[in-house]
Amino acid sequence: MVNLNVDIAGLKLKNPVTTASGTFGFGEEFEDFIDLNKLGGIFVKGLTLHNREGNDYPRMAETPSGMLNAVGLQNKGIDYFLNTIYPRIKKWDTEIFPNINGSVVEDYVAVAEKLVGVEGINGLELNISCPNVKEGGMAFGVSCPSAIAVTKAVRDVYDKPIIVKLSPNVTDITEIAKGVEGAGADSVSLVNTLLGMAIDAATKKPVLSTITGGLSGPAIKPVALRMVWQVYNAVKIPIVGMGGIMNGTDAIEFMLAGSTAIQVGTANFIDPQISIKIIDEIEAYCINNGITDVNELIGGLIT
Amino acid sequence: MKRVQDFTVIETQWLNSTSYLLVLGSQSNIEEIRPGNFAEIKVPDAADVFLRRPISVYDVDHQNNTISFYIKAIGKGTIKLGALDNGSKVDIVYPLGNSFNSIESGNALIIGGGSGIAPFTLLAEELKEKNSKVTYLFGARTSEDIVLQDEFAKHGNVLVTTEDGSLGEKGLVTQHSVFNNITDFDIIYTCGPDPMMKAVSKIAESNDIVCEASLENMMACGFGACLCCVTPTVRGNECVCTEGPVFNSKDLKW
Ligand SMILES: Cc1cc2nc3c(=O)[nH]c(=O)nc-3n(C[C@H](O)[C@H](O)[C@H](O)COP(=O)(O)OP(=O)(O)OC[C@H]3O[C@@H](n4cnc5c(N)ncnc54)[C@H](O)[C@@H]3O)c2cc1C
Ligand SMILES: Cc1cc2nc3c(=O)[nH]c(=O)nc-3n(C[C@H](O)[C@H](O)[C@H](O)COP(=O)(O)O)c2cc1C
Ligand code: FES
Repeated sequence: MVNLNVDIAGLKLKNPVTTASGTFGFGEEFEDFIDLNKLGGIFVKGLTLHNREGNDYPRMAETPSGMLNAVGLQNKGIDYFLNTIYPRIKKWDTEIFPNINGSVVEDYVAVAEKLVGVEGINGLELNISCPNVKEGGMAFGVSCPSAIAVTKAVRDVYDKPIIVKLSPNVTDITEIAKGVEGAGADSVSLVNTLLGMAIDAATKKPVLSTITGGLSGPAIKPVALRMVWQVYNAVKIPIVGMGGIMNGTDAIEFMLAGSTAIQVGTANFIDPQISIKIIDEIEAYCINNGITDVNELIGGLIT
Repeated sequence: MKRVQDFTVIETQWLNSTSYLLVLGSQSNIEEIRPGNFAEIKVPDAADVFLRRPISVYDVDHQNNTISFYIKAIGKGTIKLGALDNGSKVDIVYPLGNSFNSIESGNALIIGGGSGIAPFTLLAEELKEKNSKVTYLFGARTSEDIVLQDEFAKHGNVLVTTEDGSLGEKGLVTQHSVFNNITDFDIIYTCGPDPMMKAVSKIAESNDIVCEASLENMMACGFGACLCCVTPTVRGNECVCTEGPVFNSKDLKW
C-alpha cells in the first residue's frame, strides 16, 4: 500500500493529482468519462465578479506539441457559479477550488468575499497570471508590488488556504513567489500559460483574434519544470506544479522538482481519462521503486 | 453516454483525389448516434497532430459494430487519417454535440458544400422514417467533387450545382432554380463553408422557413471543457461543441 495523501497548507488531498483551471470545465464535462471522486482536486474554470463573454473566435491555435488559447476568462460570474453550478458539483468527494480573477484588486476581493463560509469550498486559487485579458490578469503577476498587493487584499478577507497562481512570463519567478509568500499566500501554483503567437503565412494574418495568446502543453514542460525547481528552492510554502503534464512520468518529474501536488491541463482535451491514469501511474511508480509514501517524491531530485 | 472507444481501421475508400470514407470497427457495441453528432478522432502516431480532429458521423452499423466518416483531406491530420493501413488502431471520443431536429411528414431541403455533406445520410434516413420528403442540393467547384450521389439518392432527390457547370446547374448553390419555389419547403438543413451557410440562412429567414445550420468551428476538446470553439449567438458566446454544432440560424449572430 502506498500513501498517496498530500497536504496543501493543512488541506488534505487524497492524492497529488488535480485538474487545471480552464481545461476541465466545472468537472461535469468529464462525468461520462471518469469517476471524479478519485481526483485529488478540481480547479474549476476561471471566475470573475460579473459575466464575461471572453474574446472573439478564433481563440485556439494548434502549435508544435501544444496549443495557444485566448479564451479570455469566459464565465457567467461568481454568483451564477455559487447559485447554479456549485450545488450540482459539490456532491463529489474531491476538493473543488475556485480560480478567481479580476481587473482591479477590488474585484478579486469581492469574489473572495463571496466564497467565505461556503460549505465544502476549502481553498481558492488566486489567478494573477491570465495572459488573455486586457486589464488586470497577468499584469498583477508580472510585477512584485502588485502581486503582493492583491495577495494581501484577498488574505485580509479570506481565511482558508490561498493558492496564488504564478505567471511564467517574468524575468525572475522566485521574486514574485517570495513576495506572495510574504503577503500571506499558503501555496503557489505554477505555471500559467506562456505568452505566444501564431501567424498564418497564407493570409499574413494572426491565427488568434487577440493576436497573442497563452501557450500550453508539452512544449512548455521544460520551462515549467525549471520554474518549479527554482521556486522550490526559494520558498517554504507548498507548490502545485503544472505545464505540459501528459502522463504519470511527467507528474513524477514535477514532484521531484518540488511540487506537492500537480495539475493536469491541456492533456484532458486529448484524453479525457488521463487524470485518473496519472494517479494509477504514480502509484505504480511508487510500488516499483519501493516508495511507501508519495510525499517522499517531493523535491526528491538527486543533484 | 460519451466515451473513449478503441477501433481498428476496416477500410479506407477513396472517393476522389481529396476525399474518402473511413470505416472503423470495434469489438464492443457502438453508442447511439443522432444525425449531426460528431466524434473527436485521435490521429495515431502523428507527433505533429497534437489535438484530436472533430469529424461528423457519416454512417453507423450497430449489427457489425462499425462507424464511418466522410473526410476531406485538407491538412496534416486528415491526410494522415486517410493513409492508415487496414487494422491500424484509432481511438475516438464520441458521440459529441447536439443533433438536427428532423421533422414529421414535411418537405425538407438539405444543402451541403465541401465536407458539409457528411451528416446528411443519417439525417435523411431519419426524415424518411418520419414520412418527410427529402431533397438534397449539393454545391461544388466541379463534377469531380460531387461524390456519394447514389448513397444519398436512396433517401431523396439529389440536385447539384457546380461552379464550372460540369454537373447539374452552373453557379453557386444559392443560384439553383430550386430557390424559385423555396416556399414549398418546411425546413432547410445546411452544412458547409460559413459564407454558403450564411447565404442559405438569409434566404430561409426572408421566406420564413426554419433553417438549421451545422457549424465547423475549430475545436480543442469537443466536449465543453476548453471554451475555444464559441460562436456568437443571441444568448452570448456559445460552444459549438456542446450547444451545437447544429444551431437554428435565427439564433446565430454571425
Ligand atoms: C463539428 C465538426 C464536424 C466536422 N465534420 C467533418 C467531416 O465530417 N468531414 C470532414 O472532412 N471535416 C469535418 N470537419 C472539419 C475538420 O475537423 C477539419 O477539416 C480538420 O480538423 C482539419 O484537420 P487537418 O489536420 O487535416 O488540418 P490542419 O493541418 O489542422 O489545417 C489545414 C487547414 O485547414 C484549416 N482548418 C483546420 N480545422 C478547420 C475547421 N474545423 N474548419 C475549417 N478549417 C479548418 C486550418 O486553418 C488550415 O488552414 C468538422 C469540423 C467540426 C468542428
Ligand atoms: C483553454 C485553456 C483555458 C485556460 N483557462 C485558465 C483559467 O481560466 N484560469 C487559469 O488560472 N488558468 C487557465 N489556463 C491555464 C492552465 O490552467 C494551465 O496553467 C496551463 O494550461 C499549463 O498547463 P498544461 O500545459 O498542462 O495545460 C487555461 C489553459 C487553457 C489551455
Ligand atoms: S472545443 Fe472545447 S469547449 Fe468546444
